[in-house]
Amino acid sequence: MSQSENASGGGTVEYIQHHLTNLCVGNCDPITHQAAGFWAWHLDTMIFSYLLAALIVFVSWRLGGKLNPGVPGGFQNFVESILDFVSGQVRDTFPGHNPLIGPLALTIFVWVFLMNFMDLIPVDLLPLIASWFGIQYLKVVPTTDLNTTLAMSLTVFGLIIFYNIKVKGLGGYLKMFLFHPFGKFFVPVNIVMSTIEELAKPLSLGLRLFGNLFAGELVFLLIALLGGTAVGAMFYFMFPLQIILDLGWLIFHLLVITLQAFIFMVLTIVYLAMAHAKDH
Amino acid sequence: MNITATLIAQIIAFVALIWFVNKLLWGPVTKMMTDRQKRIADGLAAADKGQHELVRAEEHAKELVRAAKAQAGEIIALAEKRGGEIVEEAKLGARSEADRLVLTAKAEIEQEINRAKEQLRGQVVSVSVAGAQRILGREIDAKAHGDLLKDLVAQI
Repeated sequence: MSQSENASGGGTVEYIQHHLTNLCVGNCDPITHQAAGFWAWHLDTMIFSYLLAALIVFVSWRLGGKLNPGVPGGFQNFVESILDFVSGQVRDTFPGHNPLIGPLALTIFVWVFLMNFMDLIPVDLLPLIASWFGIQYLKVVPTTDLNTTLAMSLTVFGLIIFYNIKVKGLGGYLKMFLFHPFGKFFVPVNIVMSTIEELAKPLSLGLRLFGNLFAGELVFLLIALLGGTAVGAMFYFMFPLQIILDLGWLIFHLLVITLQAFIFMVLTIVYLAMAHAKDH
Repeated sequence: MNITATLIAQIIAFVALIWFVNKLLWGPVTKMMTDRQKRIADGLAAADKGQHELVRAEEHAKELVRAAKAQAGEIIALAEKRGGEIVEEAKLGARSEADRLVLTAKAEIEQEINRAKEQLRGQVVSVSVAGAQRILGREIDAKAHGDLLKDLVAQI
């Protein structure tokens, strides 16, 4: 009895660890299946995010071919309202005009939302299907991979630096580091503070999304364990409980994934608006 | 947790997706939406203009009707006047014609009377001459009493 309990306890940890391991290709540790160095590729993250990106491109392409300027149909209406919402956010937050900000914000919002949405697919479904084809590790949600979230936040960071230099000039941007929070008498302090402030932007942006989605995925896994590890008669209590909790968390998480996509988008707009501001 | 080359792949994918979204979704849809805004604004302006023109046209039509009515009244009055004149003229003409006819008739009658008188006179003369010839044939010599007879004829 105790032996089986031990096994199930070990199984729990293993189950969670297994689910949080990417499908690693390249420079990977053969035992833990974690990346052993930089040149490793998380194939699952890439495949799912690329598929969702391709979906966006495909749907845009299909829609763009048959836009109806007079009376928009159902799907066009839906897309127009999303686009209107995003451009409204851009207009409210972003001073002046930059044709890149709108598409950037829309891309972030839609892509992040779709990648987050993968979280709502039952946690075991896709890994189970993959295991039939001999794929042992599969992490379905691309945004629970730090590589995805940091990739986006670093791209935004690159844009922040680019527009800072473009608008303020290289001298103006460096001057901001020297004199920004406390004036000219605290130059060393200012450098440290400004650097932290600038670096905090991409880090908080990427880590916030990653943390929220990773935690959400973990909770889904724990809920899935309720019925999965229950033994004997407990199963008949645990399984309905699992369904109820899962449903509850699902509904709550639907809010979270939308909110996280929205926050990522809005913060991107705000950061870029700050980069465009002449006198910081 | 572990940053790998996946990061690079994701950055490339992100940038490519932004490019695609801009090219295929944001660009066409925003262009279409601004076009539609313009079209709606144009349509509303045209409707306003049409309304104005309608009001103006209605006023114009009313004015035309009013002018036409006035003109028609004038024409009717003129026609009535002219009609009266024509009737008067006709009356006058008829009267003068009647007078003329009466006069000619009277003249003819007089002529007839005169001719009848002449005839009658002649006949009376010839009858009385014949009577006198018969009565006086033997006693009176036509040559001797010619002057007397002529005087008688003139007296009748």
